[in-house]
Amino acid sequence: MKRIISAIVHDRPGVLNRVSSMFRRRGFNIASLAVGHSEKEGFSRMTIVVDNVEGMQADQITTQLDNVVEVVEAADITDHPTVIRETALIKVAATPSTRGQVIEILDLFSGIEVANVSTEWIIIEMTGTTEQVEAILALLEPHGIIELMRTGLIALTSN
Amino acid sequence: MKGVAVMELAGGELICESLIEEGVDLVFGHPGGAILPLYDHLTKYPQIKHVLTRHEQGAAHAADGYARSTGKVGVCIATSGPGAINLVVGLATAYMDSTPMVAITGQVTRGAIGKDAFQETDITGITLPVTKHNYLVTKASDLPMVIKEAFHIAKTGRPGPVLIDVPRDVLQEMTPFNEYPTTIDLPGYKPVLEPNNEQIEYAVNLINKAKRPIILAGRGVQISQAEEQLVALAEKAQIPVICTLLGLGAFPGSHYLNLSLMGMHGSAFANIAVDESDLVINIGARFDDRIVGKVEEFATKAKFVHITIDPSNINQNVEAHAPVVGDAKLVLENMNPLIKSAKRTEWLKRMDQLRNKHPFFIPETDKLLPQFVIRQLWEATGGQARIVTGVGQHQMWAAQLYPTTVERGFITSGGLGTMGYEVPAAMGMQMGRPEDLVWSIAGDGGFQMTLQELATIRDEKLPVKFAIMNNSYLGMVRQWQELFYDNRYNQIDIAGPDWVKLAEAYGIHGIRVDNKENVLSAIHEANQHDGPVIVDFVVEQEGNVYPMIPAGQSVNEMVEDPDMDEKSSMVAK
Ligand SMILES: Cc1cc2nc3c(=O)[nH]c(=O)nc-3n(C[C@H](O)[C@H](O)[C@H](O)COP(=O)(O)OP(=O)(O)OC[C@H]3O[C@@H](n4cnc5c(N)ncnc54)[C@H](O)[C@@H]3O)c2cc1C
Ligand SMILES: Cc1ncc(C[n+]2csc(CCOP(=O)(O)OP(=O)(O)O)c2C)c(N)n1
Ligand SMILES: [Mg+2]
Repeated sequence: MKRIISAIVHDRPGVLNRVSSMFRRRGFNIASLAVGHSEKEGFSRMTIVVDNVEGMQADQITTQLDNVVEVVEAADITDHPTVIRETALIKVAATPSTRGQVIEILDLFSGIEVANVSTEWIIIEMTGTTEQVEAILALLEPHGIIELMRTGLIALTSN
Repeated sequence: MKGVAVMELAGGELICESLIEEGVDLVFGHPGGAILPLYDHLTKYPQIKHVLTRHEQGAAHAADGYARSTGKVGVCIATSGPGAINLVVGLATAYMDSTPMVAITGQVTRGAIGKDAFQETDITGITLPVTKHNYLVTKASDLPMVIKEAFHIAKTGRPGPVLIDVPRDVLQEMTPFNEYPTTIDLPGYKPVLEPNNEQIEYAVNLINKAKRPIILAGRGVQISQAEEQLVALAEKAQIPVICTLLGLGAFPGSHYLNLSLMGMHGSAFANIAVDESDLVINIGARFDDRIVGKVEEFATKAKFVHITIDPSNINQNVEAHAPVVGDAKLVLENMNPLIKSAKRTEWLKRMDQLRNKHPFFIPETDKLLPQFVIRQLWEATGGQARIVTGVGQHQMWAAQLYPTTVERGFITSGGLGTMGYEVPAAMGMQMGRPEDLVWSIAGDGGFQMTLQELATIRDEKLPVKFAIMNNSYLGMVRQWQELFYDNRYNQIDIAGPDWVKLAEAYGIHGIRVDNKENVLSAIHEANQHDGPVIVDFVVEQEGNVYPMIPAGQSVNEMVEDPDMDEKSSMVAK
């Protein structure tokens, strides 16, 4: 099972290492981790997606995170109402002759921008749910994805 | 403060001032380049006694033994690089066994960090997984607050070691100092002490309804000083009590409700009792895998109440029906008035049956068995000596056959199982309890790992008594090779020096005993000797520790001593 964890941590050197070290040594598999400034000065928010979590392990993730002194708050928000997004930068092959077809695909989605373009490729920036990102990737695949960078999930609870 | 002239102090002085504020009067350490400014300042603070150990591992274990036997925070000091790394096994030992410690290490100067400088090691990186928290201090003015926080974190919640790494130029940096901080702001560290009422009521209800309850008391009982409340609960509700290896001493070994130890080398009666029980009440223990074995077959008829201060220990190995998060003493104080008095006559009768049918026992023989030595020691000291052990067979026999009646009177490396603990930890224990008789029940293998501390013990004139269980073997490893590797012995001959001569070389009194007749007199001689003593008990080489539940298995696979028969002298029921 996949769990989504939201944590508030001190914005200090080494904190990311403390958190990721805990995940590594407890055998939790991080699928994605996003970190950035939070609403509170001096504190960052992390969204961590953990893969293959079995039974009682789910509790362990948050309680072990709580044991990291620099983690102020840790919650498993998987089963909460949330807004979850990720951003992907996709460099897809597109020559002047195929560019039209690629643009047609992009038109099917919202939250998309063309970030850059050349005679060989287009760089697309897309923000959406994981499903939307996966869907566009599937459609672009036949054109040839040259490079891909996904941010991993960021999430806020909506209750 | 306005109007008051502010003093300027060097970082090293700030450390000394802060240690004094924290009530520290004893530190264990070993100097070197990066930490030298601190050593230079220490001379100005005679209130802080420094013990020079011969190895930093010794300093860490000594601080650990001091902390476990007193409940205070143990402090150790080392220089950068190799000095700091030598502390690591001691920090890990303390971390696993919930021991409050603060380690201070020197570091290369701030400008040299990250440049592979001489004796530079990323000690905060290395110790991240074996400390509760650690700090790299980058300016002297941070030192008082860092030390305040470190002591707070070390001794509250589930206690543990905290390391503070201080660059040499920070130790020298002058900074204004007016007063030691009085408050702490750690938004990410708020251990829950007061239990929640609903959790208490739910647990109480299970306890009151239980027909065959058992208490499993762990180190958490000692940490929260809940020994009295534990006895009150057990007596009011007539519930037998098992202690974990680290909980020994939390419940009097002489009490009629005492069931001794359970688990891999626990008593058969305790293991069977847990298997038959309908409620296991864990108070301040982790449910370590040496207790649980195979989770699916552990106490299958029982529900679990789990009282602990560390929520991450709940549902870690065993799923709790009634978790109670809080300090054990506060929890029991809240719980006890709600507990119904009960007789539980049937259940206690069953306990007596089990004790009689499956006692600990010592095989009848003319040979000198380590079990016999330990039992004699127990008799000769009335169970009143403070015991330290190493790791291995002698450790298990000590736990089984020396049921201590002394609070914090039995210390041993459980979670990490660190051989070599027996020498320096005994030193720390004796310094923490200068008036008390300290016996270290030592393995000949483990002793050889840290025996350099004999010099420290001599210098400090510590009257520690060592009982070396000299089987010339890594006995526990030999037992596993015999039982699980079809007698294929390999790399277990660990014969040491002539122990009596070694003792003499260190200026310590040495006694050799190789037969049953001389055991008692040697123990008495050691007790009466006004200084450290090493007794070399040349014991039978090939005995096995029973009962035994092989790793990861259950009470169904428990093996009792094949030699047990009616003639065997039954002890420690
Ligand atoms: C060779 C060998 C064999 C062993 N065999 C056995 C065996 O047969 N049986 C056995 O029992 N052990 C055995 N052990 C030891 C075992 O590995 C564990 O170390 C031990 O069981 C842990 O005991 P514990 O849970 O009480 O202590 P810890 O591991 O120190 O855990 C303490 C618990 O108490 C909690 N706590 C701390 N402070 C408080 C407080 N104020 N209030 C409430 N809770 C608190 C903590 O959160 C934690 O959950 C063996 C070890 C070795 C080396
Ligand atoms: C530092 C360390 N290395 C290795 C081990 C593995 N080990 C566990 S018990 C044991 C044998 C201990 O021998 P000894 O101290 O003589 O005690 P005995 O079992 O003979 O009583 C060993 C090697 C350990 N626990 N600690
Ligand atoms: Mg041995």
